[in-house]
Amino acid sequence: MASVSMTVNGRSFHGEVEGRTLLVEFLRETLGLTGTHVGCDTSQCGACVVHVGGRSVKSCTMLAVEADGAEVTTIEGVASGGSLHPMQAAFKEHHGLQCGFCTPGMVMSGIDLVARKPSPSESEVRHWLEGNLCRCTGYHNIVKAVQAAAREMGG
Amino acid sequence: MSDTGIGAALRRKEDARFLTGKGRYTDDINRPGQLFAYIVRSPEAHARIRGIDATEASGAPGVVAVLTGKDLAEDGIGGLPCGWQIHSKDGSPMIEPPHPPLVVDRVRHVGDQVAVVLAESRSQAKAAAALVDVDYEPLPAVVSPADATADGAPQVWDEVPGNVCFDWEIGDEAATSAAFEAAAHVVSLDIVNNRLIPNAIEPRAAIGEYDANADSYTLYTSSQNPHVIRLLMGAFVMGIPEHKLRVVSPDVGGGFGSKIFHYAEEVIVTWAAKRVGRPVKWTAERSESFMSDAHGRDHVTHAELALDADGRFTGLRVHTKANLGAYLSTFGSAVPTYLYATLFAGCYTTPAIYANVQAIFTNTVAVDAYRGAGRPEAAFLIERLVDTAARRLGMDPVELRRRNFIQPDQFPYQTPVALEYDVGDYPATLDAALELADYEGFAARREEARARGKLRGIGVSTFVEACGIAPSAVAGALGARAGLFEVGHVRVHPTGSVTVFTGAHSHGQGHETTFAQLVSDRLGVPADQVEVVHGDTAQVAFGMGTYGSRSLAVGGSAIYMATEKIIEKGKKIAAHLMEASPEDVVFEDGSFTVAGTDKSKALAEVSLAAYVPHNYPEGLEPGLDETAFYDPKNFTFPAGAHVVEVEIDPDTGVVKLVGVACADDVGRVINPMIVDGQMHGGLAQGIGQALLESCEYDASGQLITGSYMNYTMPRAADLPFFKTGRHITNCTHNPLGVKGVGEVGSIGVPPAVINAVVDALSEYGIEHLDMPATPERVWRAIQTARA
Amino acid sequence: MHDFAFHRPDDLAEARKAIRRAEDGKFMAGGQSLIPLMKLEMATPDAVVSLAGLEELKGIERDGDALVVGAGCTHAEVAASPEVAAAIPALARLAGRIGDPQVRNRGTLGGSVAHADPAADYPAALLALGATVVTHRREIAAEDFFEGMFQTPLEDDEIITAVRFPVPDAAAYAKFPNPASQYAIVGVMVARFGDGVRVAVSGAGGNVFRASELEAALSADFSASALDGMSVSRDGLLSDSGASAEYRAHLVVVMARRAVEACD
Repeated sequence: MASVSMTVNGRSFHGEVEGRTLLVEFLRETLGLTGTHVGCDTSQCGACVVHVGGRSVKSCTMLAVEADGAEVTTIEGVASGGSLHPMQAAFKEHHGLQCGFCTPGMVMSGIDLVARKPSPSESEVRHWLEGNLCRCTGYHNIVKAVQAAAREMGG
Repeated sequence: MSDTGIGAALRRKEDARFLTGKGRYTDDINRPGQLFAYIVRSPEAHARIRGIDATEASGAPGVVAVLTGKDLAEDGIGGLPCGWQIHSKDGSPMIEPPHPPLVVDRVRHVGDQVAVVLAESRSQAKAAAALVDVDYEPLPAVVSPADATADGAPQVWDEVPGNVCFDWEIGDEAATSAAFEAAAHVVSLDIVNNRLIPNAIEPRAAIGEYDANADSYTLYTSSQNPHVIRLLMGAFVMGIPEHKLRVVSPDVGGGFGSKIFHYAEEVIVTWAAKRVGRPVKWTAERSESFMSDAHGRDHVTHAELALDADGRFTGLRVHTKANLGAYLSTFGSAVPTYLYATLFAGCYTTPAIYANVQAIFTNTVAVDAYRGAGRPEAAFLIERLVDTAARRLGMDPVELRRRNFIQPDQFPYQTPVALEYDVGDYPATLDAALELADYEGFAARREEARARGKLRGIGVSTFVEACGIAPSAVAGALGARAGLFEVGHVRVHPTGSVTVFTGAHSHGQGHETTFAQLVSDRLGVPADQVEVVHGDTAQVAFGMGTYGSRSLAVGGSAIYMATEKIIEKGKKIAAHLMEASPEDVVFEDGSFTVAGTDKSKALAEVSLAAYVPHNYPEGLEPGLDETAFYDPKNFTFPAGAHVVEVEIDPDTGVVKLVGVACADDVGRVINPMIVDGQMHGGLAQGIGQALLESCEYDASGQLITGSYMNYTMPRAADLPFFKTGRHITNCTHNPLGVKGVGEVGSIGVPPAVINAVVDALSEYGIEHLDMPATPERVWRAIQTARA
Repeated sequence: MHDFAFHRPDDLAEARKAIRRAEDGKFMAGGQSLIPLMKLEMATPDAVVSLAGLEELKGIERDGDALVVGAGCTHAEVAASPEVAAAIPALARLAGRIGDPQVRNRGTLGGSVAHADPAADYPAALLALGATVVTHRREIAAEDFFEGMFQTPLEDDEIITAVRFPVPDAAAYAKFPNPASQYAIVGVMVARFGDGVRVAVSGAGGNVFRASELEAALSADFSASALDGMSVSRDGLLSDSGASAEYRAHLVVVMARRAVEACD
């Protein structure tokens, strides 16, 4: 077991975890933050994307101990004061989600994109989402939502 | 009508929880004291089990039990039933081998369930599962229907000679033969409809729980139809009466058909929960999904079209071998028969049709319904034949289609393969799609592409599908073992807000919004005051679930019928309150009005009176709470025209989609935003089939495409924006005029894609290409043509 | 996944000490290759020693005719680095197309090079640019480093600290990704130096390799048309569900041509 401390969605957590505990397991099972999902076991679907130190990562391909000392943000932590983050709001407005399972990863990935590319082109959005699979939407409205959110976020 | 009623692009009610991480999927649920199950799966495609030694696994840390098929059999647990009985052309019923949730002495595909380990944690269960020592005696395996029907092929089941489960036919063979003999032209194609893996992004999961005090069970499962699971598992597998079995399907992360079926794991966790006295949870790893979720498609077909000298279709003859996999899944037998060959008329007036389907067992995962289920296979062969015929006859493929369309004034139209189409306007739908695609401008775009060294092609498909399954009596006559009605229950609360209970299940379709709009429209209550409850047999009286684009056509109609009952009863109450006769009361915009007067009572006033019946009609029951069971009168027949434009890089064979334009007739549209979204998703899956996806086994039965590392899922960069248009004719036989939209994309677009690819390659004389049109396949076709 | 002891050393010396104490220890940088392997139980180390965040592995700097990139730099950092963009823009673009954004945020140059996946992108860059792999104890030429599929001369306790890339006159990388995994089915790096052209190929074979016949043609005439009619042998190329050897051989020439066209 190894001790780990991290800030998740602004709250500090300390705990003991096995070395093998994945960040996503720690979030879902230890912290009960089940908004982060697991859709594959080969690091490809992106349903588990969270932010560590402000950058999007696949929490199924990171050990909890690697996040020691880090600031972690999950889908539960992006809305503020009861109002949706512009990325969340854009997904709703543009119908960028259907079953909702890939959605947390898509939103977290989209936020990271806009943080580094304030007004991404359609092609840039599509390529950025390489690591996020969606089976419901054909990505059409996801791409629209990310671009709309970028505009809203001041890009 | 309210502004949240029919036709409004209302933003979805369910989004708030999904967007904030508050969705509640099965794996998000934890029950006190739960154990974790890990299934020991066969690494062999076909083998006899000589023995299972669980000694080491049983002693591993955290392990509570290791259970096998023997334990299951000892407890009297039965096999998984098939929901549809097909009869062969000689009248004999299909052969139904057993389908035990855990096998006893023989495995029949990679991934077959051999044992289950129950442990305190997921990782302990998985680690111990690796210690279960199964002694396999490998047997020869067979994976393709062609190989399985060859002389001397390995036998998947001893009781199924030649691996043929059934040999079924439909249509008039003699009339069709005559049509071919008299034909001016005959076009034939050998077609492979590639096997697909559904891949809902939420892997399947199930939690079983047993309450010894009440002697009752609860199953949480990622299912599209919890009531069907209760029926099948309770009545056929475990012998649990309905009132002792609650099935909950909470938020479900996509289904696409793959979560219709009653799966072994549902039985395993429920049975094991009682056996060990603790809740048992199982969640599939994705690699398990690949080898245990039912797959889709997998047909090999020889199809022929007869035409007269004017290019009119005179006959269609089809011989298909359909791969069933190793077991009969819940609807595995219905998909390649009644959901397939009954669509062979397509949009055309072909007078003589004959189809023969052999359903074949192989050492592969069971094959069952996947988005479209039979209808994509039908549309693909018809639309490929039509395009091939146009090419051979030197006709414009659009003109050939027009010449053969069933005309709008020919409805209702009885096809030669059992269905009666109620309504449609195929020429108008085609016109709309061609305009969206700028079909006229294609020649110039092709020239421009040629200047860049690219081969540009355009492809059209026009298709019809049968949805909204199904009239129960018809389905029953065709072999269905269940009714296919739906239940709608509308409860108007005392203050006028509404709860709707539906037997349909939403796993992405947005029912919580669409159904609320329906009720909002009819009862004049804002949609935000209408709550839709689904997915729990303890809350919803009954239901048949969501598949076959039936939710709105059947489930929505049931809700509509229930609102009619509400209105009828409300009129009696309102009449009493207004001292008028019920016959004089009309209901509009949420108010009961005495016709020709200004006397009016709002729905909330009437509902309050219904629950506080101080001043109330004599003999009328209090309350405003109505249930309707709606059994459709016919299938619905959505139709459409899809136009796809591609650009091929001849150096690499890469096919780039440059345009996808669709015009669909999905019947009346309740929420256009949701309808477009359904279109987009179906299109992506259809394009996936046409260009990217293919489930591959090697000859020994090992699954080659067992992960996202080698099974290509469509990604954002693989797809363009889609142009979705509509030309609507309302369904004539359900109260809403709706038809269904869930499957049109996956049915209509694959042939349009391949027609476009073949068009792009036409200068090489290439006439056909199997799906998926991968870069290497396209490149090879070009190399072969050049050689 | 099997459990293991996790170590987070403060410096390289401590990291090496930790790995020597373990029976079957593994260094882990970003973990984007190692964690998936551990999840599949294809790697079952008893100890994982993290190299993430070690200052000694950071930094990107121009050093005369070479660009020195710290082994701990993530793909995202390399892709966004102004120093890389100024010296070898092709390297920045290559890094920007590895895996997906999340992989690029965690995965590192050193980790990728040490893993020596024949379908990874960096090995083609190292080989075509004639790079030198710098470890804490020696320098190894790329030619000698990639010994085979997942095979390198690294000792168990040896840590890559940086890679030194000679700055070419022009270079470009053209990749034909596997549509499922996004790994290279064929990735070709072309680099032009004063004394000739080097062409290295990832993905096509069991190891990254140089395409000498293409190099000769391009050294004589550095233009896409110099490759017209050329072919490479399919012998030794991979044939799998992703692509046949014949198709891979064809793609090597096509990608080489595209790389030449994209050279800057």
